[in-house]
Amino acid sequence: MDFVVDRRKAFAYTATHPVDPRKETLVFVHGAGLDHSSFGLQSRYFGYHGRNVLALDLPGHGRSEGPPIPSIAGMADWVFGVLDAQEIGTASIVGHSMGALVALELANRAANRGSERIERIACIGIGYPMKVSEAFLEAARKNERAAFDMETIWGHAAQAPLGGNPNPGMWMYGDMLARLARLAPGVLYNDLKACNDYSSDFAGVKCPMLLVLGRRDMMTPPRAAAALQKLPNVRTQLVELSGHSLMAEAPDATLDALVQFFPQSEGRNA
Amino acid sequence: MAGPKYPEFDTLALHAGQSPDPATGSRAVPIYQTTSYVFRDTEHAASLFNMERAGHVYSRISNPTVAVLEERVAALEGGVGAIATASGQAALHLALATLMGAGDHVVASGSLYGGSHNLLGYTLKRFGIETTFVSPRSLDAWKEAIRPSTRLLFGETLGNPGLDVLDIPAVAAIAHEARVPLLVDATFTTPYLMDHFGLGADLLYHSATKFLGGHGVAIGGVLADSGRFDWEASGKFATLTAPYEGFHGMDFEEESGTRAFLLRARREGLRDFGACMAPMTAFQILQGIETLHVRMPRHVENTRAVVGFLANHSQVEKVIYPELASHPDHALAKRLLPKGAGAVFSFEIRGGRPAGRKFIESLRVFSHLANVGDAKSLVIHPATTTHYRMSDADLARSGITAGTVRLSVGLEASADLIEDLDRALKAAAKA
Repeated sequence: MDFVVDRRKAFAYTATHPVDPRKETLVFVHGAGLDHSSFGLQSRYFGYHGRNVLALDLPGHGRSEGPPIPSIAGMADWVFGVLDAQEIGTASIVGHSMGALVALELANRAANRGSERIERIACIGIGYPMKVSEAFLEAARKNERAAFDMETIWGHAAQAPLGGNPNPGMWMYGDMLARLARLAPGVLYNDLKACNDYSSDFAGVKCPMLLVLGRRDMMTPPRAAAALQKLPNVRTQLVELSGHSLMAEAPDATLDALVQFFPQSEGRNA
Repeated sequence: MAGPKYPEFDTLALHAGQSPDPATGSRAVPIYQTTSYVFRDTEHAASLFNMERAGHVYSRISNPTVAVLEERVAALEGGVGAIATASGQAALHLALATLMGAGDHVVASGSLYGGSHNLLGYTLKRFGIETTFVSPRSLDAWKEAIRPSTRLLFGETLGNPGLDVLDIPAVAAIAHEARVPLLVDATFTTPYLMDHFGLGADLLYHSATKFLGGHGVAIGGVLADSGRFDWEASGKFATLTAPYEGFHGMDFEEESGTRAFLLRARREGLRDFGACMAPMTAFQILQGIETLHVRMPRHVENTRAVVGFLANHSQVEKVIYPELASHPDHALAKRLLPKGAGAVFSFEIRGGRPAGRKFIESLRVFSHLANVGDAKSLVIHPATTTHYRMSDADLARSGITAGTVRLSVGLEASADLIEDLDRALKAAAKA
């Protein structure tokens, strides 16, 4: 679905369903350098199970016009803008990596305002703080191929290039590299820097929060989420065989965790 | 800080796509000889059918053994994924049927395997898809043949049987300028000899029957996608960017981005045309791929020895192999094929058809049959076999004469191969 936010064309995948203000809404926010399609299976599931789904392309990613937003706070502002544009009152957020920080920021903002606009957040592959190595940042700043390699190799569990992909016939490394190859120069650096620079006093977050963490995650290992696990109302789901790209490496385990966390209001819809 | 490192080709050839079987610990790829897969419950079934969960439903669409082969080829080629098919021809048909329909147009190299030439030149014409054949060496011809209805540029990485080296970077640039992809038949080069996607091809396929298998026991094909072509930006591929009634209004590009082509090819092409690969075939081809990096250097080494022998033989009119300075694509081959120009080549024997017939019938190690890329050395006379349906004009465009003999050099001792050829050439001289 194309729409306009801040006078720029934006895109959200809706699982081929129109947004219905009467339904509960689940917003998916992707990770650094990625787009809505990183949630392909999971977002489609919820779109066919009674919810509005808005799997966003952040500005400068996928089908949304740039430039990319340089901060997590700015990205959160933009997501609130999307909700306003779609006249959606309350929503839950599913974020991956950088998108998980955006989810955290959205929940924090809502809590600080005493608002219940953000109902629940699911943070997949998150750590706080989400520090990025100097070498990675520098390679991304220079738009070097090495940055794509780091994102790809560190972004999956070590067995990913050898082990079988749950999606028949697909090669996870190749898919990641192809996505990154479509990025405009500077977008990956923008995103990594936004993650690296993000800091927040999120102590006020009280909405239910799910952490979905890959046991073999090299970018945000489970221990990196320790600070978040101290928040009230947090539940952690550890996925044994996955690295950072949980939606691709362990699609069913990730979906199952989300399905448990977001109670079904209705059964399957057409 | 040391940067991260990808597994190398040799490791991927042995491992990509498979973890030891979680159910049994089997190190070898298990042959999942099953048509279908039990659903956990009705909701699980519906989720699989509606592409909300990963997994297998029916082996025409996907199968765990076949999926290992697909992922392994994708890894070796550096693509997003692949689909294994019943044959190389099925892979070509799947690519075409996924991208286009009646009224669309292909620009293809004139130097193609006879079966591919038939499909494009005759069969698909009946279904409204037109093809213009061009000399693969003429970049102007590629450009001039493009029409508003063109949806694909297509050629073999090493043309058959003249061994024309496709200038992939140049032809890909022409294709991309016209906002269409370049598909290559990579059978002769394999991922070991050529970095097809790195050079600019968008899609490729193999007749896996040939070097990938290498044993000559199984027919199969593999179609792979680089994931680099932007179908949405092109605006020319409604099959990938418009809602498809045959799958709940799915817009494949919107749904899956880099995976759109393969998603449609699997969900429509395998579902409706049904040219899938059998699990046993996938297992057999995987056995071949596990030694591809060991076999290909030996294929090339033997070929160089045989080419050297024939190039200096008095009964040989000429040898057509890109590593020879006399070949028109010699410089291009050095650039694009640094590990060698493959193991299939042609030569012209003096004495025309009678000498050719006697030569082939006198060989003892080389087998006379219609295949290439076997571990065993093979020989054929294209004008009477693989290319026999082509007109004289088309034959000439492909660089074939009545005296052209094609060899596929295997892994035997090169001295034995040379002795076999020498004996047969002497016999041919008396024909």
